[in-house]
Amino acid sequence: MEITLTHYLVVAAILFTIGIFGIFLNRKNVIIILMSIELMLLGVNINLVAFSAWLGDLAGQVFALMVLTVAAAEAAIGLAILVVYFRNRGTIAVDDVNLMKG
Amino acid sequence: MLAAIAFYIFAAVTVAAAVMVVAARNPVHSVLWLILAFFSAAGLFMLLGAEFLALILIVVYVGAVAVLFLFVVMMLDIDFAELKRGMLEYLPIGGLIGVILLVELGMIFSVWAFAPEAGTLAAAPAPAMAQVTNTEALGHVIYTQYLYAFQAAGLVLLVAMIGAIVLTLRHREGVKRQNIAAQVERRRKDAVELKNVKPGQGI
Repeated sequence: MEITLTHYLVVAAILFTIGIFGIFLNRKNVIIILMSIELMLLGVNINLVAFSAWLGDLAGQVFALMVLTVAAAEAAIGLAILVVYFRNRGTIAVDDVNLMKG
Repeated sequence: MLAAIAFYIFAAVTVAAAVMVVAARNPVHSVLWLILAFFSAAGLFMLLGAEFLALILIVVYVGAVAVLFLFVVMMLDIDFAELKRGMLEYLPIGGLIGVILLVELGMIFSVWAFAPEAGTLAAAPAPAMAQVTNTEALGHVIYTQYLYAFQAAGLVLLVAMIGAIVLTLRHREGVKRQNIAAQVERRRKDAVELKNVKPGQGI
């Protein structure tokens, strides 16, 4: 019962798929969509760290750090846009976001 | 053996929590499941020997991002029942795409292999864990070889911070605000006026 690299890759793939599934399932709720994107990025990070550990190359962990940074920035900007959108329209249903185009 | 058991526990909890993030009816519960998923993923990172990233995941994701989500979910007064309506409508197509993606990835897992020279191509070879801790090794490469990438990450965070402030800052009209300069400028003659009142006449 040896844990190999493939075990980690399978977990990462399942997480990524759940993220995509969540985007489809909660088409109207932006907050859940943002959380699904976070799940997908977590899956990517597990991939990067697993390969980094197996190949003995720290570059993968450095890149995972960058992914974490970008994910944090994306969450902050996404939620800021969400707050502004809610202030203007009183709902966060993304079906009619295209009403905002100028 | 113990590591294998730990791996299966962490992996199962991560996947189950991720499913609950997507499926929970209440977004507050979703955020809490997300926190559990991040904690278990941090456990997986620990098993892989990436201690620094594991703890960063807890500090940054659980401490900052998840709390930010929780804050927004609780601050906005949203009718979530309305948003949940029509969820089952997208279940077949979403499930179909998910299954197709998973099958495709599974097909890759059955056939892939490392290139023979992959072991020698490391851009930043990791030193032996017994000599240097993961955090120290990562610090050695981040501040030398990957300095520009590190600075770029800082720049991304700066832009995100400025962007979030610019997006959410607003000046409302008709709100009383303190004007310190005007307060300091105020003199006695502006505020007090002496009237010479004659006895028995009033003003």
